[in-house]
Formats: sequence, C-alpha cells, structure tokens
Amino acid sequence: MVFSYYPGCTLKTKAKQLDEYARRSAEALGFSLCEIPDWQCCGGVYPLARDEVATKLSSVRALVSARDEGRDVVTLCSACHHVLKRVNDDMANDEEIRNKANNYMGLDVPYAGETKVYHFLEILRDKIGFDKLKEAVKNPLTGKKIGAYYGCMLLRPGKVMEFDDPGDPGIIEDFIRAIGAEPVDYANRNECCGGYVTLEAKSLAKAKSNVIVNDAVANGAEMLITACPLCMYNLTKNADGELPVYYFTELLAEALGVK
Amino acid sequence: MNEKNQEIAQELERISGTDAKKCMRCGKCSATCPAYGEMDYMPHEFVYMAEKGQIEKLMESDAFYRCMSCFACVERCPRQVEPTNIIEAVRLLKIRQQGQNHLKPEQIPALLDEDLPQQAIVSAFRKYSK
Repeated sequence: MVFSYYPGCTLKTKAKQLDEYARRSAEALGFSLCEIPDWQCCGGVYPLARDEVATKLSSVRALVSARDEGRDVVTLCSACHHVLKRVNDDMANDEEIRNKANNYMGLDVPYAGETKVYHFLEILRDKIGFDKLKEAVKNPLTGKKIGAYYGCMLLRPGKVMEFDDPGDPGIIEDFIRAIGAEPVDYANRNECCGGYVTLEAKSLAKAKSNVIVNDAVANGAEMLITACPLCMYNLTKNADGELPVYYFTELLAEALGVK
Repeated sequence: MNEKNQEIAQELERISGTDAKKCMRCGKCSATCPAYGEMDYMPHEFVYMAEKGQIEKLMESDAFYRCMSCFACVERCPRQVEPTNIIEAVRLLKIRQQGQNHLKPEQIPALLDEDLPQQAIVSAFRKYSK
C-alpha cells in the first residue's frame, strides 16, 4: 500500500519524532508514505468563514496532488488532519466553495473531493487492523498504563471527521492494547488543551492542560499519548507536574522494534 | 433592530453561514465550552445577541479571542447552530477592519520559547490577524 503523505510544518521542525517514527513503523507494517511534493502549510486551523476560499487552497493542492497520483492521503498531525479533512468535505459538498476553488486553480480536471483523507491511526485500524498490528509487535509494552489523549481536532465535528464516536472514542485505547499496554480511562481525554490560546491567554491554556493531566494522573496514567504537537506543548509545558507525554508513533516504533 | 444593526447582522450571517434564529436556548454550548469562565460573553450569548442584532457590543468585548475552536459547542448543539462559527464571524468583523489585527508579527519574538510548535504561531495568526 502506498499513500500520499502530508506531514505539515511542525513535523519538519519541532515534532520530527512524530514523523520519523511513523515512517519507520509504516515500513515495518508494510505500507509506504510518499511525501506530497511541494506541499504547503495547511494554516493550522480550518477557516470557518464561509467567504474565505484562499485559506483553503493549500489543502486543495495537496488533495489534488494525491488524486493525480491515484492515492489517498495520510496525515499525522491532528490539526493538519482536521484542516485537510474538512476542506475535502467542502470540496465534495459545498458547491460555492468548490466552484470558487476550481475557478481559481484552473485545473485540467476539476476537483470535487475524490481523495480520501486518513489519519495514520485510521490506517492502523481500518487498513492494517489492530489484530494484525498486535501480531507484528516485537516488544510489547506490557504493564505500561497509558492515557489516550484525543483532544479536539481528530474528533469534532463528528459528522465531518468521522474518526470515532466524538463523545466516547476508543481507537487510541485499542491502539494501546494492540501494542501490549493498558489504557487508562479518564473523563478529560477529549477535552481541549487550550490550543493556540497559549499565545493569547497563557493562564487559560495552563488551566485547561492541568485539568487533563491531573485527571489522567488521578486515574493511574503513567504517561499520555497524543497525535498533536500543540497538545504535546500544552500538556508538557503549560501543565504543572511531570507526566510524560509521547507521540503515539514513538510507542508504536518501540513496540515494533524499529525505534 | 435599526438599519445599521441589520446590515451587520446580515454580514455576520453571510460570514458564519449559520442561522442564529434556529437556537432554542438550551445553553448546552456554554455548558460545554472550555473557555466559558474567561469570556465576558459566553457562547449562548453570542448566539442570542447575533439574533437580536447586538453585534457591535460583541465586537467591543474580547471574549472571541478566548475561543479555542475546540468545536465542543458545535458537537453538542441540538439545532446545528454552530456557535463557534458565530464567534469566528464576530472576530472577523473586528479584525477585518483597518488596523485591527490583534496579533502582530513584531509581538511574536517575545512570545516564543524553544518548544513552541510552529503550528501554534500559524494557527494564532490565522485566528487573530488578517
């Protein structure tokens, strides 16, 4: 299996581990991530304004590039995934945005959302299968108590993201079981860490991150895993305490023996 | 609603793509909002005041800079009002005005630390500047 891969800006800089361990793990599991040539930053946040098209074009270009290669897109960063998935939904279902984007880009073949956008975790669940992943594990993380941190971007709005049940998700817990560890249940796993508000109101991001970390610790978590560099920042730099937070790909690579 | 307020309300509806009149005042948006304690107007008030045309009052507050775009309100709204779209539209009505960029490039160096991901800066610029 070969996928067009959209890494996004932070995976080339502050979150290189998220990228590197994913590439190694993909190879170990028998699929390839082929980086989209000349991809552009997604902008980090989905442009909610109905009258903005320009801010969606970088995502459209990535989606068109994959379509022209005859591949689906894989993302890792929660924010990139959110933006690409929602822009793709616009291109498929919003005639005005689709027409404006296509008019501007002047493509030989207009784009109407044909590319499928998968998060790396969805590839593990839907294309590889957690049972097969479990069989591929060489170093099970036996006895480790891990809290799944979902955050916002992967789950909501559920009817567009279609990632998992936004109120009671289970995909990351299933991932944790597949690599041989024990998932810790805690209520705040899908609450917001504060996101970009750390630049505007640091105290708010600190408060939000502390709620999540304290809840995870109170329920016995020895560590959290995330797919989002900004969640990683808030949970480690803005939260008090020393609860370790890892990218899920790092534990995956460790379990597969390719770290 | 006077003519000016009506025009602003129409512009807000055009940008947000949502219809505040669908709201049935259940308050779930504010109940689930992680920033509610930090906002001088809460999400349900954004919806109500958008419907009543009191948008300039919202534009004078700074509540919309606290919204984290977590989409909890969108997920829980039983009427598909999408409160965060209204909050975003008020923010845009404000920062699209001349000289109203809330985050300026020259402020960034003082906000940086060695671990801050690029994603945070890009996102904040998208939210706070035009």
